[in-house]
Amino acid sequence: MSRLHRFASPARFVRLADRIQPWTGWAAALLIGAGLVVGFGFSPPDYQQGDTVRIMYVHVPSAWMAMFCYAVMAVCAAAGLIWRHPLAHVIAHGAAPIGACFTIVCLATGMLWGKPMWGRWWAWDARLTSVLILLFLYLGYIALANAFDNTARGDRSSAILALVGAVNLPVIKFSVDWWNTLHQPASVTRIGAPAIHSSMLTPLLLMAAGFMCLFAALLFVRVRAGLLERRLRALRHARAHAGGMDTGTGLS
Amino acid sequence: MRPKRRRLAFVVCGMLTLGVAAALVLAAFEDSIVYFYSPTEVAENKPPPDRRFRIGGIVVKDSVIRGADATSVRFRVTDTANTIDVAYTGVLPDLFREGQGVVAEGRLDADGRFRADEVLAKHDETYMPKEVADALKESGRWRGAPEGGR
Repeated sequence: MSRLHRFASPARFVRLADRIQPWTGWAAALLIGAGLVVGFGFSPPDYQQGDTVRIMYVHVPSAWMAMFCYAVMAVCAAAGLIWRHPLAHVIAHGAAPIGACFTIVCLATGMLWGKPMWGRWWAWDARLTSVLILLFLYLGYIALANAFDNTARGDRSSAILALVGAVNLPVIKFSVDWWNTLHQPASVTRIGAPAIHSSMLTPLLLMAAGFMCLFAALLFVRVRAGLLERRLRALRHARAHAGGMDTGTGLS
Repeated sequence: MRPKRRRLAFVVCGMLTLGVAAALVLAAFEDSIVYFYSPTEVAENKPPPDRRFRIGGIVVKDSVIRGADATSVRFRVTDTANTIDVAYTGVLPDLFREGQGVVAEGRLDADGRFRADEVLAKHDETYMPKEVADALKESGRWRGAPEGGR
């Protein structure tokens, strides 16, 4: 725990983040570039889906990241609630819009795939519906986190929403196993070997690693900005307070 | 230390309670969460003829009969235990194939045939290049969609 606390110092975190951030950015560009080249240039068309299978190289990693971002957000929200550490809340707030974007990409690419393959853009099956709920949870979290003038109150309310919404994560993951759904079950993270041929798994994993680095790079930028914003707000608050007292004395 | 411990216990208990509540709600609504019923489920509790629902299963090999007008089609859907006759008029999705998964929405008519007004193809979780699929079929190690059933 004491080790963790060392990194929980905002100043130390910013110094560390500044050092790692460019690396994650370059790694993201490299991995996503490689994933796109392999996925669109070299991987074969699927025996059933033909070239439409290539949508998967964007769809599946963004779906994973949509859930991973939420998990990061929920863990930080819990840490913020329990240990009252402001950095945890800043990280949670930073992760939310990134996760919301991944969710939107996941839903949009899924619809593009669904129309030619299933014959329909959208179906109210358990997987699709629970991912749509995930998007609404992100949007609700962002709205709630910014709804309060009092930072501490906004932190606490939004953290509770993030934790309540975390119940949705296992529902998304296991929806395809618990109920009959139109969406196919997991191909990569299943017991036994992945049901994806290695020529298609390679670009998929490259993209997934790239998306993970992209998330880290964006999160570092957002957390840094979030910390600065909080300091600015605190300074403004202090000055307004002092200024108010000045004019008060001037008038009397 | 004490208030931190208390908040930790509060969050853990809250999450557990929430998880149990969610599980109970989802279990209670299972019937409306499932996207389709299998032929066996339909055979076990015959839905009334006027109720719309979806069935899902595998299109039986060599069961597809196209009508004279090119848009009407009949086929059988199976979950290996039970089979349902389906009649449909309209455009079939690209992935509709014998031996592949399908979801049809419509009603049962008086003689137990399913009159579908929408047919969706259901894709399984296997992804492979065509050459690999052909090689597997040739060597007799094919374990593709028809047996998978989901």
